[in-house]
Amino acid sequence: MSTAGPPLALLAELTHRCPLGCPYCSNPLTLDRVRDELDTATWLRVIDEAAALGVLQVHFSGGEPLVRRDLATLIGHARAAGLYTNLITSAVLLDAPRLASLQVAGLEHVQISFQDTEPGNADRIAGFQGGHEKKLAAARMVREAGLALTINAVMHRQNLGHLSEMIDLALVLGAGRLEIAHVQYYGWALSNRSSLIPSREEVRNAVAVVAAARERLKGRLVIDHVVPDYYAHRPKACMGGWARQFMNIAPSGLVLPCHAAQGIPNLRFDSVKERSLREIWADSEAFERFRGTSWMPEPCRSCDRREIDFGGCRCQAMALTGDAGATDPACALSPHHARLLATAKAESEAVIPPSFVYRRYAKMPHEEESPA
Amino acid sequence: MSANLTAASRPGLSPHTRMKNDTARGGWVLLAPERVLMLDAIAAEILTLCDGNADIGTIADELARRHSAPREEVLGDVLEMLQELRNKGLLVA
Repeated sequence: MSTAGPPLALLAELTHRCPLGCPYCSNPLTLDRVRDELDTATWLRVIDEAAALGVLQVHFSGGEPLVRRDLATLIGHARAAGLYTNLITSAVLLDAPRLASLQVAGLEHVQISFQDTEPGNADRIAGFQGGHEKKLAAARMVREAGLALTINAVMHRQNLGHLSEMIDLALVLGAGRLEIAHVQYYGWALSNRSSLIPSREEVRNAVAVVAAARERLKGRLVIDHVVPDYYAHRPKACMGGWARQFMNIAPSGLVLPCHAAQGIPNLRFDSVKERSLREIWADSEAFERFRGTSWMPEPCRSCDRREIDFGGCRCQAMALTGDAGATDPACALSPHHARLLATAKAESEAVIPPSFVYRRYAKMPHEEESPA
Repeated sequence: MSANLTAASRPGLSPHTRMKNDTARGGWVLLAPERVLMLDAIAAEILTLCDGNADIGTIADELARRHSAPREEVLGDVLEMLQELRNKGLLVA
């Protein structure tokens, strides 16, 4: 029996289709195909259920949500239900008429990802030629339309040297908010970890650059900084605690406590096709498994931070210890922490591998390419 | 655009921030890009007076009158709260 308060936010992953191939994509290794995607009517029902459940914000994401032709309809429905509407996009498919249609529907905020400030390197990281220029144009369009803009900058060892330039870019583009998100290592990013992981020294420098910029830009630009937790002393409160504030709906309709949760084997997820969001939030097996503190092993169980960091990240525990119920190895109290640090040191000091494993659909025997 | 608010500033919510009556939890919340702030009754009352026209001095006068509280103390508290929201980009003045 669950005693959870209502969730604050819903991440609506409308599709896994995306023109980019970023090697740290947060989507699972096995991507949902277009034929698996929820239809418009189901999304409209889910949005109503989310608002009734107490969700306050809905983030339309993907994949690239702009590939869905019903995006404006979904945004309009969410806004009418009182939800704060946010579009999380690569922006390479955004043009003026499309933006106008989303704005008329009630869109309030746009988050655009940037891969670097140097166009050639940005396009190489995204695996998409000309993408950077398109993003710059789209960001200007968003501001000219009078919409709020967040720049999302995923940082790692192949672009961290441009951190100051990224802060300048956010200012020049008129963003109100900059999210500096160091890569977190699950799924695709874990496959590319040795290409991406910065050294402890580089992370320390980045923290100093961000601290100085925050002070300098107070009241002009809000900077959120998600640091890579391999070098942390205590783990991050992943998702603000499992099943406490957040739900994620995958394109196929599975409801996940976090976007990476499908990396945990033997965890049963419910689908919005079969149950209401309220029922799923209340007692879905996947949500109940790590909710609260009673599932915790030692050293978490008796730790005075157990309701501050909630034992860290379940997906990271799974990926690095083979046990999703273990203490997150990012915590210095984990018996796996020393090994984690040694791996980070070795990989961040080694030569950068020649190429990325780009995020792509696996080719099926009877298929040529990913669905259009 | 000064980052520091004074009694003469005329604050209002920034264009992409809105207040909402949160019926599921009870109380007012402030919704902004990827941020939710739960407001206590006093904070909600102060923000309702921040319409972009009234200056902070006038807002403090009104609150001091309503709550029969010392005006200078109220002014100090209101400035502190609004400055914090200003720094978070939720308020313009």
